[in-house]
Amino acid sequence: MAANTQTGMVLVSHVPEIVAGISKLIRQVAPDINLTTAGGTSDGDIGTDATHILQAIDDNHADELMVFYDLGSAKMNLDLVTDMTDKTLHRYDVAFVEGAYTAAALLQAGDSRAEIEKQLAPLKIK
Amino acid sequence: MNVEQVKQWMQLYQTEIEKNKDYLSQLDTDIGDGDHGNNMARGVDAVAAGLAKDNPADLAQTFKSIAMSLISKVGGASGPLYGTAFLEMAKAAKDSESDIPTLLQAAADGVAKRGGAKVGDKTMVDVWTPAAQDAKAGQLNAANIDKLVEATKPLRALKGRASYLGERSIGHLDPGAVSTGMLLKTLLQATAK
Repeated sequence: MAANTQTGMVLVSHVPEIVAGISKLIRQVAPDINLTTAGGTSDGDIGTDATHILQAIDDNHADELMVFYDLGSAKMNLDLVTDMTDKTLHRYDVAFVEGAYTAAALLQAGDSRAEIEKQLAPLKIK
Repeated sequence: MNVEQVKQWMQLYQTEIEKNKDYLSQLDTDIGDGDHGNNMARGVDAVAAGLAKDNPADLAQTFKSIAMSLISKVGGASGPLYGTAFLEMAKAAKDSESDIPTLLQAAADGVAKRGGAKVGDKTMVDVWTPAAQDAKAGQLNAANIDKLVEATKPLRALKGRASYLGERSIGHLDPGAVSTGMLLKTLLQATAK
């Protein structure tokens, strides 16, 4: 069963260690998916910035991306970035760790985005 | 409003933010993550550097330059919010709009849309939205701006980082509202005849 690599995943957090930690957790069950991250600002401070997020989007090999994030400004910057990139972004307002883990495990299993979104629906918290 | 006035505005705002950096961070420590003063200081420094580098020729380019500096350097929620305000003014200016009330309305609408906050949620929208209305009515002045900023104090935060504190957010000024008040007051100074 081949992983779904047409659809990629991007993680956005205020802190580099948070996306590093979630990636580690995810990679255990999803070694083959297209996963990139933006943690903290371009300058390495706590926060999010659009240019850093755009980098993670560009670096991802997939053109259709499922995006997970932690707090408010990440969401606002993601909305800004949506206007700045040619790739298709799907932002999920779900519990960060649980949502990202669910999507990653299902992408690895070869599921489509539509199927994954059914599993994500009950995890919506924001 | 013309390019020179906007440059003057940004210089005055930079001075004001520099002067109140610790105050803004203290407000943000009370009900947020404590970085608003530093974030804004980094942002206005980037704006000054960006304007010097871009040397924009018209109003639209000037607002665009400011927006990009704020978006890439502020870091907190204020980055995309202030960035959107200036991007929306750039869009309006592209259609040869230079009327201050019209530009402020575009900025206020952009901020409200980006953050999804309404008036009364204890955010910078509590200043932006009514200030744009005041400007349209010819009543935008420092006293009215101060009143809008002060009015955030008794509110319970429903959006932004302070909303996680629930009731405990009551009794504190919203830092974003305070820095927005400074932005609008320096605009008045820069465009006063």
